[in-house]
Amino acid sequence: MTNNYDILIVGGGHNGLICAAYLARAGKRVCVLEARGSFGGAAATEAITDKCRASTGAQFLYQLHPQIIADLALEKHGLRYARRNLPTTVLATDGKHLTINHDQLTGENVSAADQQAFSEFMDEMQAFAKIIGKLIDQPPMDIFDLDWDDKINSVKLGWALRFGLGKTRMRELLRIIGMTMFDLADEKFDNDLLKGALSFDSVLGTQFGARSSGNVLKYLFRHALSNKSEMDLPYGGMGSVVNAIEKSAAEAGVGLRSNAKVKSIDVENCRVVGVTLENGEKLIAGTVISNTDIRTTVLDLVGSRHFEADFVHATTNVRMRGVAAKLHLVLSEAPDFNGLDPELMKGRLLIAPSAEEVELAYNAVKYGELSERPLMEISIPSLCDDTVFDGDSDGDGDCHLLNATVQYAPYALKGGWNDENRAELIERCITQLERYSPDIRGKIQHVELLTPLDLEKRFGLKAGDWDHGEMALDQMLILRPVPGSSRYNLPLDGLHLCGASAHPGGGVMGAAGRNAARMILKGEAK
Amino acid sequence: MNNLAQNAGIKQDHYLQTIKKTPFYNRQKEWDKVNQWHRWGEYTVCDVFESIAKEYFAIRNSASLFDLTPMSKYRIKGPDALAFMNRLVTRDMSKIKVGRVAYVIWCDDAGQVLDDGTIFRLGENEYRLCSQERQLEILKRNAIGFDVEFWEETDEVAAISFQGPVTCRILRNMGFSDVETLKLFDLRYFDFQGEQILISRTGFTGDLGYELMVSPDKAEALWDAIFEAGKDYAVRPIGGNALELARVEAGFLQAGVDFLPANETIRPGCTRSPYELGMHWLVKLDKGVTFNGRRALINEQKNGSRYRFVKLDVEGNKTACNAYLFDRKNGKSIGATTSTAWAPSAKKNVALGYVEMPHGKSGDVVWAEIYYQKELKWNRVWAKCLVVDKPFWDPERKRLTPPADF
Repeated sequence: MTNNYDILIVGGGHNGLICAAYLARAGKRVCVLEARGSFGGAAATEAITDKCRASTGAQFLYQLHPQIIADLALEKHGLRYARRNLPTTVLATDGKHLTINHDQLTGENVSAADQQAFSEFMDEMQAFAKIIGKLIDQPPMDIFDLDWDDKINSVKLGWALRFGLGKTRMRELLRIIGMTMFDLADEKFDNDLLKGALSFDSVLGTQFGARSSGNVLKYLFRHALSNKSEMDLPYGGMGSVVNAIEKSAAEAGVGLRSNAKVKSIDVENCRVVGVTLENGEKLIAGTVISNTDIRTTVLDLVGSRHFEADFVHATTNVRMRGVAAKLHLVLSEAPDFNGLDPELMKGRLLIAPSAEEVELAYNAVKYGELSERPLMEISIPSLCDDTVFDGDSDGDGDCHLLNATVQYAPYALKGGWNDENRAELIERCITQLERYSPDIRGKIQHVELLTPLDLEKRFGLKAGDWDHGEMALDQMLILRPVPGSSRYNLPLDGLHLCGASAHPGGGVMGAAGRNAARMILKGEAK
Repeated sequence: MNNLAQNAGIKQDHYLQTIKKTPFYNRQKEWDKVNQWHRWGEYTVCDVFESIAKEYFAIRNSASLFDLTPMSKYRIKGPDALAFMNRLVTRDMSKIKVGRVAYVIWCDDAGQVLDDGTIFRLGENEYRLCSQERQLEILKRNAIGFDVEFWEETDEVAAISFQGPVTCRILRNMGFSDVETLKLFDLRYFDFQGEQILISRTGFTGDLGYELMVSPDKAEALWDAIFEAGKDYAVRPIGGNALELARVEAGFLQAGVDFLPANETIRPGCTRSPYELGMHWLVKLDKGVTFNGRRALINEQKNGSRYRFVKLDVEGNKTACNAYLFDRKNGKSIGATTSTAWAPSAKKNVALGYVEMPHGKSGDVVWAEIYYQKELKWNRVWAKCLVVDKPFWDPERKRLTPPADF
C-alpha cells in the first residue's frame, strides 16, 4: 500500500468524501482517512438493538446539493428514498394537529387568513432562500482582495437581490434578515402550532431561542438548498446516502481507509507534509484537507504553535455548543398520536406547540439545564423503510422505531452528564411524548439516548455541535470559521478545511466539500 | 454590585491607589531640584532632576543612573519556553543562548509591530521579557497550546539603567569581579549583599552601559553602593528628558512615538511592519518555524512596503519637530518626523521619521518644512535633510570588551 498521496483528507464525513470525489475526478491521488469503522460521520445508519438499524445522527435529507447528486451520480450508486416530500405535522395535545405540506396548511384550527398568509410567506421565503442559495453555492468572497470570480459573483448577487427579487421583496429581505422568528411569525400568523414549527426550524441545533435575533437568517439557511422545503427519508437511513457517496468516490479512484484515526497533521518548515495515524503509520502529502472542525484541526491535530497567535485566539473563540440529543425508542407497536392519520405518521412530526414553548424550553439551556418540556423532531422510519428491523424482538412483526432529535439538552450541562441526569432527560422526553401519545410508555421496549457528549464521543462532533460552529450571523459567510480563513484555506501552507466549520456550515449539504475542492483546484490552476 | 465583585475576587480598592513610587524614589528625591515628574505605567518618574545638559553629559562622559523599574517585565518559564519565544518574536530565538539578551520586536498576525523590547534568557527554559507597553493579553493569547507559565514581575524587580563610559570601572569598584568580561548583550548574576543581582550589558543610550536588576528590598542599598563606589566619577541620576536625547542620537525607536503599537491603533495605515521600521535584521523569515506575522511579512517582501523609516541629518539648527517631509522644497508631502533633537555629541541636528516608499533611500535628500516660534511669532524654514543609514552616535566603547579603564 502506498503512503504517498497528492491529497489526504482527515475525516470521512459526507463533506470529506464529496471533496475527495471531486478532487479524484480532477485527477488527484486522494486518500480519505476515517477514525471510525465506517464513513459518514454523523450521517450514519447504525445498530440500535441487534435487530434494529437506523439513522443515529442526522435523520432527514433536505439539503444535499442537487448538483452533487448529479455530478457524483449518487442515484446510480444506490441513493434511494424511503419516502419523499415529507409533510411536517405539528402535534397538539388535543389531537387538533397542524400539517404543513410545503405551503399548504391542514388542521382543524387553521384559519383562511393564516392559510393565505402562509402561502405568501412560503413564496417569499423560497425567493429569499434562492438568494441565500447563491451564497452557499460559492466560496465566500474575499472582500479585501476580490478576484474576477468574486467580482462577477458580487455583481450577480447584487443583480439577483435588486432585480431578481424586485424592490419590494429586497426591502422585505433586508427588514427581516436580522429579526427573530418569534416576532416575524407573530406578525404574520395566528396559529400557535404554526408559529411553534417556524420557531423550531429557526433554532434546531443552535443555542438560539425563538426570541434570539438573527434566527430568521438561520431559517433561511435551512431552506436555501431545499427546493420548496422538501424533506426526504433516505431508504436505509442516512448511512445509505453516505454509501452512495463512498461508492462514487471509490469509482473515481479515491483511497478509502476506515479505522485510520489521525493522531497529528504533520508540519515541517512551516508547511504541511502529511499525517501520522494513531498506530504510528505516516502518510505523506503536500496537501491535507481537514473534514473535522476548526478547533480540533488547529489545536489538536496540527498544534497551535504552527499558527500565528491572533488566528489561534480567534479559533478558540469559535462558539461550539451542542444543544440537541438523539432519542431512539423501539416500540412494540406503532404509536398513536391522539388519532393522527397513519399516513402523516410517515412524515416528520414536531413537538413545538408554540413559539412561547420554544422560548421556554430554551430558557433552561442558558443556565446549563435541561428543558422541562423538550422540543422534538420525530420520524418513525420503520413505517416506510423495511430495512429498519431485521425481524421483531417480540416476534409479532409490528415493532417500530421512534427516532427523535431532542432539544434543549446542553453539552455543557451543569454538573456534567451522568447516569442520573441522563435518566432525567429520558424521563422528561417520555413524559413529553405521553402528552401527545398517552399510551406510549407501555410500548417502549428499548431506549437509546445520545446526549451531546455521546454525539461528541461517537461521531467526533466537538462539543456535540453538528454544525462544527454555531450557525449565527457572526460565524457565517466570510466570517466562517474565522475572519480571513473563510475560503477553505487555513493560514498554514498546504492545509485546508472542507467540513461544516467552513462555509456554508452544517447539515448534510455537501456544499462545503464541493466548494473546498473547487477552491483547491482553482488555487493550483493559478 | 459590591458583593458580586467581591465574590468574583475583584479587588475593590484599586481606585484608591494613587501613583506608585519606585524603590529608588526616596533616593532620587534627594537629587530633585526642579520638580518635573511624569507618570510611566503606574509609577511616577523624573523628567529632569536638575538640568538636562548635566544629565545628558553624565551619560556620555561619566556615569548616569536611570530608574527603569516601571518598565513592563514578564517572566516566561516552562518546557516550551523557547518554542513560545520563537513563535512570539520575529528573531530566531534558538540562536540566543542562556546568558544572552536579545533586542526583539513582535508583531500581530498582520505583520504589524506590537512592541519592541528585550528578552533575557535566564535559563534553559526561562526568560524575562522587558517592554515599554503592557503585554499580558498578548502573552496570554500566545500561550494557547504551549506548556509555559508567565506572569508579570514589574513590581517585583527594581531595575536601574547604569550608562556611561566609566560605569564598568564603578561596577568593578563595587566588587563585581570579571564584570568587564561581559560582552554587549551578555547577562550574568553576581552576589550582592547576600542576594543575587542581575547585570546585563544593555541599554537605551547607544553607549557603554549596564542594566541592573535586584529585589526592591535591595534597591536603596544598590543605589548607595553605586554612589559610594563612584564617588570620584561624577555619577548622577538622570531623568527621561536626557535619556530621550541620548536615544534619538543613538537612533533607537520608541514605541508610541516612532511607531504605534498595532493593537492600539484604530485607523488603517497607522501601524508599521518591521521592514517599515528598518528592522530587516530582526526578521528571520527562514527560521523554520511559524512566528506571528510571518505570512504577512513574506507577502510584504514580495509586494513591497508602504513606508520607510529614516534617520535624517537636518540642515541648520532648527529641530525638525513635528515637521512634514517633502520630496523637494515646496514639493509633495511624503512623510513626517517622529523624533527630533539637537544631538550634542554627534553635533548634528537630527531627526527620525517615516517617508512613503520609494522615497528616502540612504543618501537621498528630502526636505523638512520646519515651523518654529520666536516670542510668539511663528516662522517657517525649509531644511534639506540627508538620509543616513548609520546611527548618529555609535562609539567604539559601546562594544569594546573589556571596556577601557579609568
